[in-house]
Amino acid sequence: MTDITSRPPLLEVRDLAVEFADADSVVHAVNGVSYTLREGETLGIVGESGSGKSVHVLAMLRLIPMPPGRLAGGQVLFEGRDLLTLSDPELRKIRGGSIGFVFQDPMSSLNPSMTVGRQIMEPLMLHLGMGAEAARKRAIELMDMVRLPDAARRIDQYPHEFSGGQRQRIMIAIGLSCRPKLLIADEATTALDVTVQADVIELVKELKREIGMAVIWITHDLGVVAGIADTVQVMYAGRVMERGPVDDVFRDPRSAYTLGLLRSLPDLTAPAGQRRRLTQIDGAPPDMRFPPPGDPFAPRNRYATPRCLTERPPLEQAPGAAPGHLAAAWYDLPSVLAAEALS
Amino acid sequence: MLRFFLKRLTTIIPTVILASMIIFALQQLLPGDPAIAISGEEKDPEVIAFIREKYHLNDPLPVRYAYWIGGVLQGDMGESIRLQQPVAQLIVSKFPVTLQLAVMAMAIALLIGVPLGVLSAVYNGKAMDYAANILALWGLSTPNFWLGIMLILLFSVQLGWLPASGYVPPTENLWENLRAMILPAFVLGNSIAAVMMRHTRAAMLQVLSSDYVRTARAKGLSPRAVIIRHCLRNASVPVITLGALEFGALLSGALLTEQVFSIPGFGKLMVDAVFNRDYAVVQGVVLCTATTYILLNLLADLAYFLVNPKLRRS
Repeated sequence: MTDITSRPPLLEVRDLAVEFADADSVVHAVNGVSYTLREGETLGIVGESGSGKSVHVLAMLRLIPMPPGRLAGGQVLFEGRDLLTLSDPELRKIRGGSIGFVFQDPMSSLNPSMTVGRQIMEPLMLHLGMGAEAARKRAIELMDMVRLPDAARRIDQYPHEFSGGQRQRIMIAIGLSCRPKLLIADEATTALDVTVQADVIELVKELKREIGMAVIWITHDLGVVAGIADTVQVMYAGRVMERGPVDDVFRDPRSAYTLGLLRSLPDLTAPAGQRRRLTQIDGAPPDMRFPPPGDPFAPRNRYATPRCLTERPPLEQAPGAAPGHLAAAWYDLPSVLAAEALS
Repeated sequence: MLRFFLKRLTTIIPTVILASMIIFALQQLLPGDPAIAISGEEKDPEVIAFIREKYHLNDPLPVRYAYWIGGVLQGDMGESIRLQQPVAQLIVSKFPVTLQLAVMAMAIALLIGVPLGVLSAVYNGKAMDYAANILALWGLSTPNFWLGIMLILLFSVQLGWLPASGYVPPTENLWENLRAMILPAFVLGNSIAAVMMRHTRAAMLQVLSSDYVRTARAKGLSPRAVIIRHCLRNASVPVITLGALEFGALLSGALLTEQVFSIPGFGKLMVDAVFNRDYAVVQGVVLCTATTYILLNLLADLAYFLVNPKLRRS
């Protein structure tokens, strides 16, 4: 893989904040998320439910329901233009055109009363100005590309006539139809069987090589991230806790939350009988109506320092880690762990 | 498609037969004796006996049913005792009036109710939504006869634009016919529009929050295209159900509205027949209404079939 850091930024998220307000409370779903995505880079975003990982990408394209949702601040520069202030018609040219989306739950994300062909053809006709015939031809090619057998016949079928994995491929075909510069996959494989999941991930990697797009892959599955991403970003309580090259973050985590996620995974490479016990992260995520003043993970973190509870740690280059490996933590995880191992 | 249709037909025929039996049997439960009702002031026992003989009133119920249904199948639904006219002829003369009124009322209900429901769902919680809901509440809570009278006062008495009452067959003068029918059709359509609007709104709200609408928006479709291509069809199922039910109710006649506008439809024919123990007419009208109702349900099923591709496979 070529050096990603030398490429120009495709997407720059600056201090993005998203809130959901009802009559008497405000949920601070995303609290100042900043990062950069380079052309062709694959970013894996992990975090538990409610960490803001899905909401923040939906909010970037203003796809959250507003109200109750609301963009509370920040900028999202895509090829230098701020998506948050773009006019609706301009934004619609980007949605489905230069930014493709693949949603979770292929069962409900396709229109049940429209043939899959027409659903794949829609963005082609809209963004590429194709006529119905050309779009149909291209849709069949796309279905072939995502390895749906017998595309020429199945193009006129409805979503319920396909299996879950096949529908997910149709979603991917829709997301890729206009050869986007950025593909956002939101829990795209979560609803699938493990084998189908592996298939879909291979497919996306292959198509990525072919089209050369950048990918944001949102998941709660660290295994999937290890398999697909260049960079991983760990989110918690609407913030980025840690981010960096996948190998470095997995080998040398600097946030206690990342460590917790890694320790909750089984290590299948160790011989049976010698595998360590899985650990769970105690406690529950904070109530985001009242975001904690300090490190949001501090109440669940046994390595937390007094400062963690009162002051918010900035996301900074982790000392001694690979360049671009950032963490938001007041404690130094490697030394804390070393001390723990000694005692 | 054809198989589905044929399958539905096989269930329809027994339903119609069963309905005819129930209609005939229930009719016999009504108190009062038609022979006495038509025998005149003197109630001469000989006359009554003659009438009983003539109309097979002494025969057991199944035999009388057989006489009746045999006639119905040959287009003879008996004779109105009161009007001395064949029932079939009465139905043929009244049904088109009721049908026209029902079609016009339904068209008005759809034209008002569906767009308002869609708008109020799209602008959920905004001024448009409140306005549409207030309008619907008004439509639901306004009695038809009162609205009819008010409209007559406004358009016929004050402005003089439309006739206050009376019916002109469309074959005689289509323009005058429409002028006479528009107010009653609006009165009937108005209350249905209100229900229609509420159902459309609920269905649209559900569809608008669905995942596939988000997919459609993520493709870059305009709000208009999202609503027209992805929402309307999926939101139409409850509207079809409601439409078929309301249309059936309209076809059984709208007595009060017909009365206010002096329109010679099914409603008045039916009520007069019930009060006069005019069995043959009641049976004929009810059978006719029941059959149309069943046919409407078949049409609604066919409409579901077109809207929901899942049904096409099973």
